[in-house]
Amino acid sequence: MWEYTDKVKEHFLHPKNIGEIENPDAVGDVGSIVCGDALRLYLRVDKDSGRIIDAKFQTFGCASAIASSSALTELIKGKNIDEALQITNQDIAEFLGGLPKEKMHCSVMGREALEAAVANYRGQPKVVEEEGRILCKCFNVTEEKIRKVAIENHITTVDEITDYTKAGGGCGECSGEIEAILRDIWSLKKPEKPAVQKKITNLQKIALIQEIIEREIRPGLQADSGDIELVDIDGNKVIVALRGMCTGCLMADVTIKGIQDKLKELVSEEIIVEAQ
Amino acid sequence: MDTIYFDNNATTNIAPEVLNEMLPYLREFYGNPSSMHTFGGQLHRKIEEARQKVAKLIGAEPEEIIFTSCGTESDNAAIMSAAESFPNKRHIVTSRVEHPAVLNFCKHLARKGYRVTYIPVTKHGQINMDELLKALDEDTLIVSLMYANNETGVIFPIAEIVDFLKEKGILLHTDAVQAVGKVPIDISKMPVDMLSLSGHKLHAPKGVGALYVRKGTRFHPYIIGGHQEHGRRAGTENVASIAALGKACELAGENLYKEMQYLKGLRDKIENALLKLCPNTIINGDTNNRLPNTTNISFEYVEGEAILLRLNEFGICASSGSACTSGSLEPSHVLRAMGVPATAIHGSIRFSLSRYNTEAEVDKVIEVMPAIIKELRQFSPFGRDKQKTDSLSKN
Repeated sequence: MWEYTDKVKEHFLHPKNIGEIENPDAVGDVGSIVCGDALRLYLRVDKDSGRIIDAKFQTFGCASAIASSSALTELIKGKNIDEALQITNQDIAEFLGGLPKEKMHCSVMGREALEAAVANYRGQPKVVEEEGRILCKCFNVTEEKIRKVAIENHITTVDEITDYTKAGGGCGECSGEIEAILRDIWSLKKPEKPAVQKKITNLQKIALIQEIIEREIRPGLQADSGDIELVDIDGNKVIVALRGMCTGCLMADVTIKGIQDKLKELVSEEIIVEAQ
Repeated sequence: MDTIYFDNNATTNIAPEVLNEMLPYLREFYGNPSSMHTFGGQLHRKIEEARQKVAKLIGAEPEEIIFTSCGTESDNAAIMSAAESFPNKRHIVTSRVEHPAVLNFCKHLARKGYRVTYIPVTKHGQINMDELLKALDEDTLIVSLMYANNETGVIFPIAEIVDFLKEKGILLHTDAVQAVGKVPIDISKMPVDMLSLSGHKLHAPKGVGALYVRKGTRFHPYIIGGHQEHGRRAGTENVASIAALGKACELAGENLYKEMQYLKGLRDKIENALLKLCPNTIINGDTNNRLPNTTNISFEYVEGEAILLRLNEFGICASSGSACTSGSLEPSHVLRAMGVPATAIHGSIRFSLSRYNTEAEVDKVIEVMPAIIKELRQFSPFGRDKQKTDSLSKN
């Protein structure tokens, strides 16, 4: 049983803007019935101002796919095309009070439908899917999409890629390649703060902090026979416990400060690290 | 809101008689059956009584029944025992539509060097006998095939398969977790070597099961420790649940034929009504060889999780083979193996009934389901197109 927020349930049971627009100015089609979800987005755009005056959708999919589509139309209505394009899949998830992580691909589908509709409006050919190399054959996911979603959502693990794009969730054959892509992305540039510097959810923050501690901090300490353990995260306060040779080390304060600087750089300026 | 529970292949309620049977062993009779004193030792008799009742339901001898913790343990233990007993044979045959308790255990053994053949099924979910016979060779250790499928209710012709394997000296295990207590099973007429059953599918609690092992079949314990179950399954006996399983088997046996008629009546009523009231609806599975309590219906162009959550609003419990409900991203392996088209596989809904369901509950489902399907199809880009073409072709 999925843990859906009340907002998801509301937008599933009583979706907003469902249906077709007659003679729409733009249509965006994404997904397929084979993959288990598909979304068709219709836009009515005011030619002079470029404002989206109406948005409707039809969705084949689970509760969170329908709710994400409903959320998308609510978010873009009244915005002009360029403003609408600023809306990320995270915005859709946030609008719904969050989605179970395994269902994040529903929000990604919403964002893709928006891109497809805008491309259609601007008379750009339907390319996105065919262009890149299909990496995940089970769900027809291109390398390009994986890279894009990984960077936009600050994704560092194959499991998260599966949650966000479904890639790797079928036969699993491509998981090695996905891992290589992630290594490639994050070794070139350090995991930077999410491109748009805005609220990440608490869950995302916690996951990010755990990830950084595991990958960037512990190996260095362990090399000196020390170690730390993440004890708790309370808002922006990160509580760690020093282990091994770090316990009682004269340089402990410096170590804590170093961890804090790292987290400030990669997560948020407001992070404070304390030893237990 | 009352719960209307049509998910009895997932689990069942504990029958009131069964609960009464087990309560004393959770309260005053808490002893250990292995103890020397009467307080504990007397419980041994209760376990043997339960063993007789379980044996009777399937036409076995009491000493052929080993109590386990669940259906999965029984399945794992059966296959593992075969592997340990005949270490020179390295080939296992099973089907593509087995429960994960068998399927994933076979995959586990495949990683350990065993050769595993997964026999395909027909579009009606029936085992492909030609492929099965072709797969067997002198290296084949065991054939493990389910008696009845949990998703579609399709019953495999295990009795026929037994006859064939006997000639070849290959062990046959059947996972009968969904069948025991729902259809008559007589081991004396269908001499399989091992059979798994589970308590919570027939109104006993979760956490108890049994493995039938034919007298004379080599057996290696899967859980090793004390001398319980004559050294065939270690671990202090779960007395209360074993007593419950005994009682549940007794109850199932008493009314088996009457219940089968009753359940088939209710099931057919749901099925026929929904086929009539909802266009583009397909029954999945061999309707001539099926459990009387199960129906698996595909509502094309709609997604199963969405249907389930709409039903949930009315307190109706069912399940689906859609990807979104499977816990993975792949839809039902059973329906895929049957070649059910993608348009139908995501919209598959299973209703599974028990003796506690009523006709009024069936009527409620028939009342709400058509509107749910109609609305979700209106949401769907495919549903709309389909309904249009349908109405055109009707005009």
